[in-house]
Amino acid sequence: MSVVELGARAMGRPRRLAVPLGTLTLAALTALVLSLTIGSASVAPEALWAVLRGEGDALSRTLILELRLPRSLSAFAVGGLLAMAGALMQVLLRNPLADPYVLGLSGGAAVGALTAMLAGLGGLVISGSAFAGALASTLLVFGLAHGTGSWTPSRLLLTGVVVAAGWGAVITLMLAVSPAERLPGMLYWLMGDLSYARTPWPPLALLLIVCLLVIPLGRSLNVLARGPLQAAALGVAVRPLEWTIYVVASLLTAMAVTTAGSIGFVGLVVPHMLRLVLGNDQRLILPACALAGGTLLVLADTLARTMIAPEQLPVGVITALLGVPTFLYLLYRSR
Amino acid sequence: MSRLDIRELVIDVPGRGDGSALNLRVEPGQVWGVLGPNGAGKTTLLHTLAGLRPARRGDVWLNDRPLATMRRRHIARALGLVFQDRQDGFPATVRETALIGRHPYLSPWQMEGGDDLRQAEAALERLDVAHLADRLVSTLSGGERQRLAIATVLTQAPALWLADEPTNHLDLHHQTAVMELLAEQAAAGRAVMMCLHDLNLAARWCDHLLLLYPDGKARWGPREKMLVPSSLERLYGQRLATAEIDGAPVFVPVR
Repeated sequence: MSVVELGARAMGRPRRLAVPLGTLTLAALTALVLSLTIGSASVAPEALWAVLRGEGDALSRTLILELRLPRSLSAFAVGGLLAMAGALMQVLLRNPLADPYVLGLSGGAAVGALTAMLAGLGGLVISGSAFAGALASTLLVFGLAHGTGSWTPSRLLLTGVVVAAGWGAVITLMLAVSPAERLPGMLYWLMGDLSYARTPWPPLALLLIVCLLVIPLGRSLNVLARGPLQAAALGVAVRPLEWTIYVVASLLTAMAVTTAGSIGFVGLVVPHMLRLVLGNDQRLILPACALAGGTLLVLADTLARTMIAPEQLPVGVITALLGVPTFLYLLYRSR
Repeated sequence: MSRLDIRELVIDVPGRGDGSALNLRVEPGQVWGVLGPNGAGKTTLLHTLAGLRPARRGDVWLNDRPLATMRRRHIARALGLVFQDRQDGFPATVRETALIGRHPYLSPWQMEGGDDLRQAEAALERLDVAHLADRLVSTLSGGERQRLAIATVLTQAPALWLADEPTNHLDLHHQTAVMELLAEQAAAGRAVMMCLHDLNLAARWCDHLLLLYPDGKARWGPREKMLVPSSLERLYGQRLATAEIDGAPVFVPVR
């Protein structure tokens, strides 16, 4: 192969990142615009443009800036967080079935949130107690898996699965004993519901920070995906890196669950779909997950609030209904 | 130029006594062969020398610095390890796999550049797997994977090669080609230490030998002193017949 060809291919590497990420950014923007215009009252694109420029009538301004935009941005952030957390967990556990909830995080968060709801407490307390539950569950799982000082991916995974099953039983118990009038709210929370999302900025800020933090780790993650010994032999400080991934992925998931309840499938399906199409370079997969996960959840939430408007569906149902067939199709078509 | 200083080293094989502590120095230009029966601790020794597992006692010094105080990244620039077994996590192509050999040299924000790619392509070419560059590793045969693992370390370009059964799964031609490559590395001023099961490869290609006995005892020295049939028979618990072909001794197990 000639030097010129090699040079061209080396130059092509940044472009290999630019094309998919550019495409996904466009898709994300399109989804966001769609989510702002469609709804119980639809807004014409010109009206949307006017509002975004700071003009337009008061009604459209309230509808778009105070109702739809925060919700859409929250959906985007939550989807991005979940997909990234999933991609990180899959590398950490070197298991394609890992998802953000596999370590019992959503279970812990749900028990926290449901306890607050049972006590009749409101919005901010529910979020706070969900966050506390998620972190408590993380510490519990890691403490148990780490107990004897030798945690392995399979040990961590098993501990997480068992703890999650325990939380599941607690949740069922709580649902069984809770008064009927509180049940719908609790069920919606369990299936994921963005109407709880108040301000999109904390999850969006976290998503951005983690993207910047994780992308320079990308190549180390690529090496780690080949096993800890191989990674150590190639100069990766394996234990600190694994700790970082674990903490970051837990934080991402806790923030997502706190914002929108437990939304399934995004964290499992999005990273896999992207890997099937884009290959396995984490430097590409992680930012792509942020964009694609966000896009998927924005679209799913738009559907959730329009399909049987003015009633709303839990967004988790839509992500599963969209995600499962798409994923199965891609898997079937893949090599 | 890199040298490995092994001082009073006792490797940690669970449930085994200390045996003899290792005191030896792997100098540039040398090719060391590690011989011993199954379970004698050959792989454990190589992993200990690479700093991947703690020793029970003693130290390993790399270029006059204790290995234990060095950062992994710096170790990986001087010392490369060909593993005996490999796990495939996520699917990856042959080219991507060879390219991770450049990891210790690149900063976190840096992408692999033309030079890195050129080194990886040259290593694939050298190991006769360049035609597989775009294939997924999971579709390769055992011997092709073995050559890819060696190509990855060649891309890493360490001054010190540790190789765990580098001829595993290889056909006769590629066994010789790989041993030639390692001898070439040593001739260029690098050092090689490899575990081998094939006495005859060790007799032909290594200039120093380390014999590891199952009880933890060990003997080491220049090849001529170590290739004594009686001591080799004791090492493997196997009777051997000896002949000479092409100027090198050949050992054949007999009943």
